[in-house]
Amino acid sequence: MAFRAEHHDVLGDLMRGSLDHCVKCTICETYCPVSNVTPLFPGPKYVGPQAERFRVDDEPSADASLDYCSGCGVCTQVCPQGVHIAEINTQARARLKATQGVKLRDRLIARPTLTGRLGTPVAPIANWSLQNRMVRLLVEKAIGIHQKAPVPRFAGRTFQGWARRRSARAGPRRVAYFHGCGTNYYEPRLGEMTVELLEHNGLSVEVPKKQDCCGLPLQSNGLFDDARGYVHRLAARLAPYARDGVDIVATSTSCSLMLKREALEILDMADDPDLQAVAASTFDICEYLLMLHERGELKADFQPISETVIYHAPCQQQGHGIGKPALDLLALVPELETIETGAVCCGVAGTYGLKREKYDIAMKVGAGLFAEIADAAPDRSVCDSETCRWYIEAATGVRSVHPVEMLHRASGLSASW
Amino acid sequence: MSHHDVIVVGTGLAGLTAAVRLAEGGARVLVLAKGVGATHLGAGTVDVLGYAPERVERPAEALAALIDERPEHPYALVGAGGVTAAVDWFKARIAAGPLGPYQYVGGVDENLLLPTAVGVARPSAVVPETMAGGDLRAEAAICVVGFRALKDFHPTLAADTLGRQGVSARGLELDLAPEGRADANALAFARAFDDPAFRAEVSGQLLRRLGVEERAAFPAMLGHADPHRVWSELEERLGRPVFEVPTLPPSVPGMRVHASLRGELRRNGGRVILNTVVTGAEQSSGRVTELRTRVGLREERRGADWVVLATGGIASGGIELDSRWRARETALDLPVAGVPEAGEERFRPGYFDDHPMGRAGVAVDAELRPVDARGERLYENVLVAGASLAGAEPWREKSGDGLSLSTGYRAAELVLGASEPAGSAAGVAEG
Repeated sequence: MAFRAEHHDVLGDLMRGSLDHCVKCTICETYCPVSNVTPLFPGPKYVGPQAERFRVDDEPSADASLDYCSGCGVCTQVCPQGVHIAEINTQARARLKATQGVKLRDRLIARPTLTGRLGTPVAPIANWSLQNRMVRLLVEKAIGIHQKAPVPRFAGRTFQGWARRRSARAGPRRVAYFHGCGTNYYEPRLGEMTVELLEHNGLSVEVPKKQDCCGLPLQSNGLFDDARGYVHRLAARLAPYARDGVDIVATSTSCSLMLKREALEILDMADDPDLQAVAASTFDICEYLLMLHERGELKADFQPISETVIYHAPCQQQGHGIGKPALDLLALVPELETIETGAVCCGVAGTYGLKREKYDIAMKVGAGLFAEIADAAPDRSVCDSETCRWYIEAATGVRSVHPVEMLHRASGLSASW
Repeated sequence: MSHHDVIVVGTGLAGLTAAVRLAEGGARVLVLAKGVGATHLGAGTVDVLGYAPERVERPAEALAALIDERPEHPYALVGAGGVTAAVDWFKARIAAGPLGPYQYVGGVDENLLLPTAVGVARPSAVVPETMAGGDLRAEAAICVVGFRALKDFHPTLAADTLGRQGVSARGLELDLAPEGRADANALAFARAFDDPAFRAEVSGQLLRRLGVEERAAFPAMLGHADPHRVWSELEERLGRPVFEVPTLPPSVPGMRVHASLRGELRRNGGRVILNTVVTGAEQSSGRVTELRTRVGLREERRGADWVVLATGGIASGGIELDSRWRARETALDLPVAGVPEAGEERFRPGYFDDHPMGRAGVAVDAELRPVDARGERLYENVLVAGASLAGAEPWREKSGDGLSLSTGYRAAELVLGASEPAGSAAGVAEG
């Protein structure tokens, strides 16, 4: 029996209105990975609830330091008063960009679908260029992408291509897979493993066609109108599944957070009926697999893996408010030793660490995590987000994999490893 | 829907203590919290009993008298032995924690008398080793060292107040700041102190400015990662006792407590979900079976055999008082006891007055289960700990940390004890 009705007005006290709850306790400042390593960013409390009081609609923000916020969202997560600090800051940054203009670089790196489409057919040349020091130096000089920032390698094929060719296994329990751009263009094998793992557990996996970007990189770079367009189109693609009662699972934790929460709260799209349906039905893959396990529906007779791995929960994974389900899943694998990191962010925060003026800051943010990984000397590191994996791998030299890859292997599905 | 042996709601000192004790006792623990708790804001000391109502020199004795006089006080529920056990446990956990040899000293037998940031004497029982040197019961003169770039710490003000209490004290200010910072908080300085070069610069500048017999008081920011090393190295270099004085938030000593307990929880397999609000529960035959939580727009349910509620009082949002004089406990809607009737006086003019509203909170029985107005137990498997509890006035008694620590510890012991016999009733033993 439910003995009390929901007492919070769900959207009414969100976002800007929440700043009045700030008691200046400074807890967000102690956690902010950026202000802890650079004086260029004065911290979430200062540029958030404090400065927001001085920002007036239709007037430019006087405070350009806002642009040094990486958008990791940790401030919102730790605030004990429920202030939506990160959301306030992201919205304010978009207003700042609207007056300052958005750099060509930011317009480019905010469109992974476009770069993916352009790079895939010419993958060998594109990959050679992106790993070539001279080219990277030129790119840095020309548009400001830091020459050392790790960029992924085009796979030269797409996950969608694989999905189209495969014969889907029909079954009573359907699930839709939202793979995101990273899987489609750079890590198609992760998508294949996800499908195989879900099918192994008796699910009939459908891959909705024409899944474009979720709009998150555009949102992070202040291009809200463009971001809304992407969200709207993606939500329209996925909504029929949600309305059919089919759960949507995602391996890219930041993209799924966008659909679950950020587009609603930051882009103010809570009125979009397609998005409402999708938001309520979207699950992070680990969240979903753990749910299956809790219902006794996961094949948890895993084969042993005699390895030590270190698990880092990305900042945006923590934004889901689901804890760290990957830890509970990895704990089911016999002989697998999993160390949990204490770090809140690896530094890259999506596209932040790619930028010439921010790369050094991002490296300093990640320094603690990289040292933790080096100290643990693990067989590999495990992390839910693609950009974090690329970044961690480049910084530590330790191979970084998605939790699905470990579970795929423990389920006996990986022929070679 | 997930299921855990115990869900702890709240991640302040009470919640963390309960969660760590439960996890190390073998329970599968999930901590749900709106955000990070008040450990980051307090002084980082464990004040067991500072005033009753006069200043207390011997907390153990005063505690025994308080327990006799006020059976409704939360301390009466845990007993003097319970407080000692919790303090001993806490000291051992900090010593074993991730901060190297950093440890707590003192106990419930006597209070130290430590200066605050404005130089007022404050009785405290269990304190970081880095603060003990500030005991004002000792005679030695004090030089309060400040930093120009540090906000809200004014050495001359502190020295002046100390002087008016008969303590020989003076203040001086250094013009050293963490790299590139025009102003910096205590945490930025603590990170700077972790760097040997910054310490060397500080002691180099101080050596010639300190008197022979003076002990040196620093704002509590002597190291974030390895405070023992920073503090002992400064004592050695300066050739005198050095001690920390708590600052305004962020509290570095409080963060050390948080880091130690979170580290213990992680090592023992406990799970934490922040940015989650508990909005209600499902119940059946006198037990809470599931908590309803809200994350973004989505409502989730999380099942548990036991719930430890440690959401704090009015300041933390664990209890709300609305403009219609209604008080409510916000997570489970438990009744709030001790709220004055409409029209009656709730608050008095002075901050340290005996406010009628002051003791309001959730009333519990001897086993920390919430009770209704007639004293009947409401739920068999819900225990309440910390500042949500009725009957105490922590800001007048200077007892907040002691109450949170001892009731959090007691709640965990009760759950572990109740689950022990077969292990199966609550499933706790299997962890």
